[in-house]
Amino acid sequence: MALHCGKTFCQYLLHLAHDNVDFRLPEIKSLLSLRGRKCDPPENFKERSPFWRLNGLSEDDVHSVMSRTVCAKSAFELWGHGKTAAELKSSLLEYPKERMTPFLQQESTYKINVYTFNKTLLFKDRIEKINALDFLPFQGKVNLKHPDHIFCLLEDYGLDPNDIPEEPFYIYFGRWIADGQRELIRSHSVKKRHFIGNTSMDAGLSFIMANHAKVKPHDLVYDPFVGTGSLLVACSHFGAYVCGTDIDYNTIHGVGRASRKNQKWRGPDENIRANLRQYGTEVFYVDVMVSDASKPVWRKGTLFDAIITDPPYGIRESTRRTGSHKEITNPPENLFGESHVPVSMVYHLSDVFADLLNFAAYHLVLGGRLVYWLPVYRPEYCEEMVPLHPCLRLVSNCEQTLSSHTSRRLITMEKTKDPEESDALQQLANPRFTPNQGHNSFREKYFSGITKKSTAKAMTEPPQTKKSD
Amino acid sequence: MKLLTHNMLTSHVKGVTKGYPLLIKATEVKVNEVEFQPQFVSRMIPKLEWSALIQAAEGLGYLQDLPNAPISNYENNEEFLRKVHRVLLEVEVIEGCLQCPESGRQFPISKGVPNMLLNEDES
Repeated sequence: MALHCGKTFCQYLLHLAHDNVDFRLPEIKSLLSLRGRKCDPPENFKERSPFWRLNGLSEDDVHSVMSRTVCAKSAFELWGHGKTAAELKSSLLEYPKERMTPFLQQESTYKINVYTFNKTLLFKDRIEKINALDFLPFQGKVNLKHPDHIFCLLEDYGLDPNDIPEEPFYIYFGRWIADGQRELIRSHSVKKRHFIGNTSMDAGLSFIMANHAKVKPHDLVYDPFVGTGSLLVACSHFGAYVCGTDIDYNTIHGVGRASRKNQKWRGPDENIRANLRQYGTEVFYVDVMVSDASKPVWRKGTLFDAIITDPPYGIRESTRRTGSHKEITNPPENLFGESHVPVSMVYHLSDVFADLLNFAAYHLVLGGRLVYWLPVYRPEYCEEMVPLHPCLRLVSNCEQTLSSHTSRRLITMEKTKDPEESDALQQLANPRFTPNQGHNSFREKYFSGITKKSTAKAMTEPPQTKKSD
Repeated sequence: MKLLTHNMLTSHVKGVTKGYPLLIKATEVKVNEVEFQPQFVSRMIPKLEWSALIQAAEGLGYLQDLPNAPISNYENNEEFLRKVHRVLLEVEVIEGCLQCPESGRQFPISKGVPNMLLNEDES
């Protein structure tokens, strides 16, 4: 591609969905790195803008990204752009004719879409804008239903819905190449999923996590807090073989109370395997087990290509591990029986994360990724609270706000080396390698904040919209 | 439980040093056909503890004359990969238990799901 197009003409335009804004750049970067490509945004790149211009990619790179992304809506081969209609026109006239003409042939059909961000245009204004493009050498016939080629005029009216300008801040024109995978958010919605729990991860975020983790076909992916397997559903969609463990026997076996409204008990066959079957990916189901994440059951070795998980924070699912507070325990009579339920105790959040990072350092392949959620109390959050590990490089850290005072951060780390003995010493010396005790009080702070807020706000404000996970 | 999972599991009972491989005591075994993906099988072979796989497959009666070591150039041998695929992903222990070779502790398998939880005095 680079051979027959100059650098200035080798631009693609991504149109991004305006939600999960924090998660978009790490997703696109991860997907490009799956193809060994670096994300190369221009100098004046604005991450929060719904339109990104990307340099130095081939059309195949763009197709590959679009076949995975749930953050980007569409991709275009950029033919021209500018701050005004006049600037756009001169930019389009500079675009090499030989790169346009293959798509403007007489026997071909086409249509032109007008997309405006942060403004709704009248039909006649749209037509006017399309007519203003008549200086382009269109030879083909217009076909609105089944065109061979789709072109798009995209106008950016800024991000402030209370201050919409008369004229757009920026205009782009390009040839449509591909749409992203936004449809997956609907098709994999937990509303229509066979087996769900109280804290099933929503479909969009599950796919974003799988993308951040660079999950690819023939990988082996593990979720140590698997719950109802939402993350495994997303990973298996991308062709990875999946396994998971959870301390909760009832969840793994799909028995007990249902999480759905209007349904009291879980039906037969409500389990993770059935979820994968529902989406046609049962072939990638390896196993799920009842097991305690604090006492890993895996043998030594780099077994997993990715570890992707949503640990319990103790808000809607309790943090538990097996063990007892009692000094002396009497072994129960039926020790080995299926009926014995081991006593569980609180699993401190700081230990959850320390154990998770350590586990990843030992069991990920080199270059493999760990992706997990870290709950934070926003007034006290600082970057130093994100745990580090000598063998893992922090790749990205994106915030999803849950309430005015709490949020969770999606942490992505990549294994850069195998653990050595000296790492343990380094771990003791560096405070960021030791568990941050502050995480332990997340639950108390979460609930203290809620009581304060509910009394203060009850009179004045409507209840805050709550993001579900 | 598939034998791929079994190959990666070890006993984590306190004090146990030789907890691998776990012994399989199956009362119900099922073979579920799974679409064959040679690339995945090829990728897994170097990660496997081969002798543990052979032992497990033999114990359940699905050895299919697999050799004591992976053959050379296995990536291009579909017949071999299909046999490995069968033992890794198609043979499933539905009911039974896994036993720690050193302590004798048994981990029950019910409806295909191993329960690896330890009691409070074992960990």
